[in-house]
Amino acid sequence: MTIGTSVKRIEDPRLITGKGQYVGDIKLHDQCEAVIVRSPHAHANILRIDTEKAKQLPEVLMVMTGWDLPKDLSPIPMRLAPNEALTKALQFPLAKDKVRYVGEPVVLIVATSRYTAEDAADLIDVTYESLAPITDVHTAIQSDTSVLHPEIGSNDLFLIHSKKGSVNEELKKCPYVIEEDLYVQRHSGIPLETRGLLAVVQEDKRLTVYGPTKVVHFNHQILARLLKIDSQNIRFIETDVGGGFGPRGEFYPEDYLIPYAALRLGRPVKWVEDRLEHMVATNHSREQKHHVVVGFDESGRIHALRDEIFVDTGAYIRTHGITVPVLTQGMFPGPYDFHALEFITHVVATNKTPTGTYRGPGRFEGTFVRERIIDIIAKKLNLDPTVVRERNLIKPEQMPYTNGISALGQVVEYDSGDYPQILDIARNAMEWNQFAERKALAAAEGKIIGLGFAMFVEKSGLGPWEFCEVEILEKGDLTCKTGLADVGQGVKTALAQICSDQLGIPYSKVTVIHGDTDVVEKGNGSFATRGTVVGGSAAWYASEALKKKLLLVAAELLHLPAEELDIKNQLIIHITNQQCLCQLEDIITECRKRGIELREKYTFSIDHMSYPYGIHAAEVAIDSETGKIKIEKYYIAYDIGKAINPLLVHGQLVGGMAQGLGGALFEELRYDDNGQLITGSFMDYLIPSSMEMPEVEIEILENSPSPLNPLGVKGAGEGGTVAVAPAIANAIINALDKYPIEITSLPIRPEVIRDAIKKGPVTNEEE
Amino acid sequence: MTQSNLKNIALTVNGKEYTASVEPRMLLSDVLRDELGLTGTHVGCEHGICGACTVIMDGRPVRSCLVYGVQADQAKVQTVEGLADPDGGLHPLQEAFWEKHGLQCGFCTPGMLMSACHFLEQNPNPNREEIREGISGNLCRCTGYQNIVDAVELAAELLSKNKKCDDESSDLQVVQTGRKVNV
Repeated sequence: MTIGTSVKRIEDPRLITGKGQYVGDIKLHDQCEAVIVRSPHAHANILRIDTEKAKQLPEVLMVMTGWDLPKDLSPIPMRLAPNEALTKALQFPLAKDKVRYVGEPVVLIVATSRYTAEDAADLIDVTYESLAPITDVHTAIQSDTSVLHPEIGSNDLFLIHSKKGSVNEELKKCPYVIEEDLYVQRHSGIPLETRGLLAVVQEDKRLTVYGPTKVVHFNHQILARLLKIDSQNIRFIETDVGGGFGPRGEFYPEDYLIPYAALRLGRPVKWVEDRLEHMVATNHSREQKHHVVVGFDESGRIHALRDEIFVDTGAYIRTHGITVPVLTQGMFPGPYDFHALEFITHVVATNKTPTGTYRGPGRFEGTFVRERIIDIIAKKLNLDPTVVRERNLIKPEQMPYTNGISALGQVVEYDSGDYPQILDIARNAMEWNQFAERKALAAAEGKIIGLGFAMFVEKSGLGPWEFCEVEILEKGDLTCKTGLADVGQGVKTALAQICSDQLGIPYSKVTVIHGDTDVVEKGNGSFATRGTVVGGSAAWYASEALKKKLLLVAAELLHLPAEELDIKNQLIIHITNQQCLCQLEDIITECRKRGIELREKYTFSIDHMSYPYGIHAAEVAIDSETGKIKIEKYYIAYDIGKAINPLLVHGQLVGGMAQGLGGALFEELRYDDNGQLITGSFMDYLIPSSMEMPEVEIEILENSPSPLNPLGVKGAGEGGTVAVAPAIANAIINALDKYPIEITSLPIRPEVIRDAIKKGPVTNEEE
Repeated sequence: MTQSNLKNIALTVNGKEYTASVEPRMLLSDVLRDELGLTGTHVGCEHGICGACTVIMDGRPVRSCLVYGVQADQAKVQTVEGLADPDGGLHPLQEAFWEKHGLQCGFCTPGMLMSACHFLEQNPNPNREEIREGISGNLCRCTGYQNIVDAVELAAELLSKNKKCDDESSDLQVVQTGRKVNV
């Protein structure tokens, strides 16, 4: 059995020896390089673009503005959650008359080298007439603010309204009603490798593009549509990828421009985004303002909750359409059983970089808001916040449970789970019952410590289907072609383990092939924690079909019923007595002799998502002089149904936590009033280093396997990220329960904590 | 760029001698990657923060995106490609990164390995806190560092048990003696 074991990754030998091949590592004969000139203005009319000097520079091969692109070019369409009303806010690959964010592509330059292309970029002279920038959602929707997309008529681009029960009626009955404003800041995935592409027209006139990832087959079709050429004449090849996390692999302006330039020039064109460019060009995420009204009783039971949400979607609608706002609503209820819910979400355009998903989209935001509200209620009622959670949790006997809200075209229905149990596990692990005592002892020594919890429900396994094709080669090696993409998550190892388990061969004999549209016939890609759930299930069934084929031949040779046979350790065995009957290799040879093709394809379809769930807990110590937060202990318990490889799951959770920590304390894509990004480098956009990251204790649970797929898996990609901010915030508030502070905004700054401590403890009279 | 602006440089990378004609403004990271074809060294930020491009130059870890190629003239450089034995045997650090799942996407890994390699030479017997400090100049966006710390801890153990690395990694030993001056 390899499923469930922590085997080493098959991806690693190349990557640890410098033999990985990321897109920037590929060098083709006669290759040239592209650079993109971007808008330095947040909002401006383009009056004139002077490209003459740049064109005259030796070794400059092409200078292209929006006016040089085909007249009938379509904008980049929505991939997920498309909506007709929003098509008027889509982005074209190059701006023509107007720019709407700092970083918007204006001119494409191609030269023999990157150095020369950058020299040419310096010679481009664009005359802009600057316009008033819109940098805040509330300003954006005022009637006297200019409208960024006149065909839509308002910067309040789209409204999403969902309801369950009557919030107004329930609120009337509640003895307590509170209102809170909460804010989640703009930040994003920021993979360590920036984006890049290499496009080349082959001798047979076909276009090959290296560098697409995440949704390779989908983007392949989009490019064919935009270029108006048959997709048969385009080949996409996925290279190694330096991290995905949501932003990477979507279809961006450059995904059109670079192939287009290669077609026009007839030479290979490479483009590798630089880091400063990445910060303004690649999708941002997360920025939301929430206004919550919540009604509850003296026991802490919540009866009604209304949340009006303003999503700062940036200057254009990109490929994710309204995915993030929709998921924010659908996943907001988390593990709790609310009687009445209402969500009103405004998708608002501003003069900032457009947005998309980032690991745990909508859940990072919603979980922060919800889990803070729970602790605010507990504080108001002077109750234990874990008890307030307990009183509101969905009970195991309520499963499957529909929370009444829709997301991504389906009503959210939790497939399985025991939420009270996981809360208990975490309370015990953190010794919550003894914590008050420990806190008092620490206080006696002048130390301020606090402990906070945050629960969450994740979603995974988005359909509609995934594809797998397996084939046994000579010597019993297996190739597994998958429609998934490899963004570093270990998908090759996980699929190899799944195939190996079915076919009784070592996982190291499996070669996983992905991301080549000439080789893998179809696929939906890797996003939304769908890889192992949907792609893994396809691999499971494809391998099962292959196994059946092998066992039928074995049965005939051995004169035994096929159902009494199995394959283990490359041997055909008798199930009842586990006796070895013959070598697997003999059966493979026999199949070849008989002309039996040892190849199977399987498309696994699924209508509903799976819902893993968990809890984060943080114990923090606070430096009363500086307000610095030290995480003394961090704990995550996550029930993912089944772990194919616990080591990889552990890696996903700790790595995910690091990104959540960045979002909780450090990372912010902050704009000034002129619409300039002021945290546009790694000097001021602070990714956690090894010094900020605590040791994280992980508990992987398999108590609630998903009934929706043969492996019982629920996926593990995003649960490490989504509950970090509220767990830490709740711990800080617990630590500072005597001080005048409430945390309703991210990132949590030490100066806010320091100021509260300086003001001194609040006496009861003041409260 | 006209030929007259090109400078000839000679450098030793992973024990092998190379020459190249480069513009004075060309970064060492670009020389390694584009001129010498050693693409194991990655470029993550080009402003000296992320550490992905870390190589050992004359015994010290440097960010190759902050060094010009011409500054590496006559230098001895070690990159990730030089860590394993020529016959393919992995360096204990590489073994440990594999064993402990110290990488996911692998993009930061070459720089991380080079920093860790130098760190373990300076401190062959570190505790976890020291390892964290030792790799703090290298950003990793995937792992959350915990498994990297585990891996460096394991590598230290492997290296102390097995003197093979010290004996055979003559490159690392030689570069410790400092940069040769070209007279």
